[in-house]
Amino acid sequence: MPPTPQPAEGPPHVEFEGVSKSYDQRTRAVDDLDLTVRRGEFLTLLGPSGSGKTTCLMMLAGFEAPTAGTIRIEGRRINDVPPRRRGIGMVFQNYALFPHMTVGGNLAFPLEVRGLDAAERRRRVDRALELVRLEGLAGRRPGQLSGGQQQRVAIARALVFEPELVLMDEPLGALDRRLREELQYEIRRIHADLGVTVLYVNHDQNEAMVMSDRVAVFRDGRIEQAASPEALYEEPERSFVARFIGENNRLAGRVAAVHNEICDVEVDGGIVRAFRVAPCGPGDRATLSIRPERVAIAPTPGLYTNEFDARVEDITFLGDHLRLRLDVCGRSDFIVKIPNMVGHGAVIEGDRVRVGWTPTDCRVLDPDDEEETP
Amino acid sequence: MAGHSGRVRVRAASLVAPLAVFIGVTFAVPLGLMLLRSVHDPVVADAMPATLALLAEWDGQGDPGEAVYAAAAGELAAASDAGTLGQVASRVNRVQGGLRSVMVRTPRRLRDAPDGPRRAALADIDPDWTDPATWRAIRTAGERWTLRHYLHAVDLDRGAAGGVVRQPPEARIYVRLFARTFGVAGAVTALCLLLGYPIAYLIANAPAARARWLLALVLVPFWTSLLVRTTSWIVLLQTQGVVNDLLVAAGLVADGERLALVHNMTGTLVAMTHVLLPFMVLPLYSVMRGIPARQMAAAASLGAGFVHAFRRVYWPQTVPGVGAGSLLVFILAIGYYITPALVGGQSGQLISNLIAYHMQTSLNWGLAGALGGILLASVGVLYLAYDRVVGVDRMKLG
Repeated sequence: MPPTPQPAEGPPHVEFEGVSKSYDQRTRAVDDLDLTVRRGEFLTLLGPSGSGKTTCLMMLAGFEAPTAGTIRIEGRRINDVPPRRRGIGMVFQNYALFPHMTVGGNLAFPLEVRGLDAAERRRRVDRALELVRLEGLAGRRPGQLSGGQQQRVAIARALVFEPELVLMDEPLGALDRRLREELQYEIRRIHADLGVTVLYVNHDQNEAMVMSDRVAVFRDGRIEQAASPEALYEEPERSFVARFIGENNRLAGRVAAVHNEICDVEVDGGIVRAFRVAPCGPGDRATLSIRPERVAIAPTPGLYTNEFDARVEDITFLGDHLRLRLDVCGRSDFIVKIPNMVGHGAVIEGDRVRVGWTPTDCRVLDPDDEEETP
Repeated sequence: MAGHSGRVRVRAASLVAPLAVFIGVTFAVPLGLMLLRSVHDPVVADAMPATLALLAEWDGQGDPGEAVYAAAAGELAAASDAGTLGQVASRVNRVQGGLRSVMVRTPRRLRDAPDGPRRAALADIDPDWTDPATWRAIRTAGERWTLRHYLHAVDLDRGAAGGVVRQPPEARIYVRLFARTFGVAGAVTALCLLLGYPIAYLIANAPAARARWLLALVLVPFWTSLLVRTTSWIVLLQTQGVVNDLLVAAGLVADGERLALVHNMTGTLVAMTHVLLPFMVLPLYSVMRGIPARQMAAAASLGAGFVHAFRRVYWPQTVPGVGAGSLLVFILAIGYYITPALVGGQSGQLISNLIAYHMQTSLNWGLAGALGGILLASVGVLYLAYDRVVGVDRMKLG
């Protein structure tokens, strides 16, 4: 088992305060952003491309200047500090290794800049290579290494001068799946070993879930929700987050009645009792979000508050689970996952079944106007 | 199977054949002939074989003897009848000035001369015929295979005693011209690098649309005739030209002291740099395009200032482009001909202008070939040096 990342406590390390960035004076790539990163935290900035996450990272690294707002490191405003004086380790998307230098030369570069003597440089380079398990490759050129090894070198180079803050810009994007999973584990291990603060930009939600203490979900230059992976999955506060993290069924409806945290929402085919997250009142449009694995097929009558008739449109066998596509509540793409256990053969395509779910597994979120991405 | 692959090979060969023939006919053969001409000159040897055979026995000091005079008289008359006398005379004249008219005049006068010893008849026609130097000149010009063109090309000559001596000071022109040519080529290369490096960097790091425009601007000179570009520089740089007018209008130069910017070395440097700049920019651009912009950002994030990052990260990666561009510009520059001829004036002439002179005016093709051979050899040396230092396989031409 990989070590579980420690939940980050402690003083703020990085703070974004009202930070905006506009390239064309009209649209904002980053829009009035507030974000605090705690010391030792592994925070992933997650979002689709163009959502502003990389811009945030580049502003923190100093390669882009904020149009408005303040960025602080350890309470010190760094808006006007040049990148080379920020002391931040950075891992770039395509590694940005220096192809004309050896691995050792690449790693020694930041140490040389800092005026360390040859013996000390050698010692630290060896230690960094050991950290990423590339002992003995100091004499190779980056071009002679595999993609995964190059990535390890890039990580070692960002760590070799012992920065307290490390930024990673989609570092595993160019690697194949197997290698990616291996390096995800590796990066987590290094983070746990060194206790550095890591800001990690990524558009792959699985990677974010695996690696992060906390994930900030970006959309259109704003943070929709920043929370632990568990919280993002179990308790999404925005329909965008519910859609972006994991699979989920969404039903559009209108609020009929509100009783504290529970409300009744009228959807096509009946009333659903659900957990209220977004503030709403009777008559408001809303989106219901239900995770596919929280829906029961043919439940004991009366066990669930929400029960509906459904037709099985399609069944896909996926090894550990079955994936059912149902026609229910006016949607023909309602997905239910059932574990592959004895008795699943009871359901076949075309069957009419009862489905049910509890109000707490069904969250009322803001109306999601965006067309679903296939 | 063998028949099939054989046919494929024949077809492939026949596709390349026109190019191979073209290169052979227009490049390899002329080049070979030029080099051959620089060491091989059969005109005198073919016209005066008997005379030369007799002269070979001669010690080169005293009187060569009646047999030589007789043979020479006969062969000069025969050359005159064959119409080759002019060529023979001018070959000998190159070895020793003034002999051309003597030799051309001689056969005509010999016809009217009384019979008898030919020595007396020749001496009567021109006293030069009794000068051993004349016969030495004929003997030298009669060498079928010779290195004397190469000696001349570096301001040396064969002395009367047979050793190699320097040309008299007033005849030493080529070494100085070679030095000037290499100096100009070096200066042009340096100017192109200085101007081209930032341009290439700008293009390589500009957004795609702007890069296309900038690249087109760099290439515009290629679409314009070299002659037009060169003459435009005359218009711009002449004493009453645009540049001087602007300088005078700006008050930087007094009207009476307009700068001489053209028909001298300045003009040559300016015009050549302009013409050759694209040859520097393109290889540099091609190398720089392959360097991710992130590399400089990475260096900065690792703590390096711009100068340090440039010196250690960017510059070393552009060296193959710098080498290719410099080599290209230098090689083109040492062979430059039209531009110096038009804007160079007296002080801006280069070795190629002299080669052209020997090809077209003095018709001393042997010397022209030797000068060209030396240029060719120096390019070869440069290429080898580049291969040693940078490695030709790392060269990027675009």
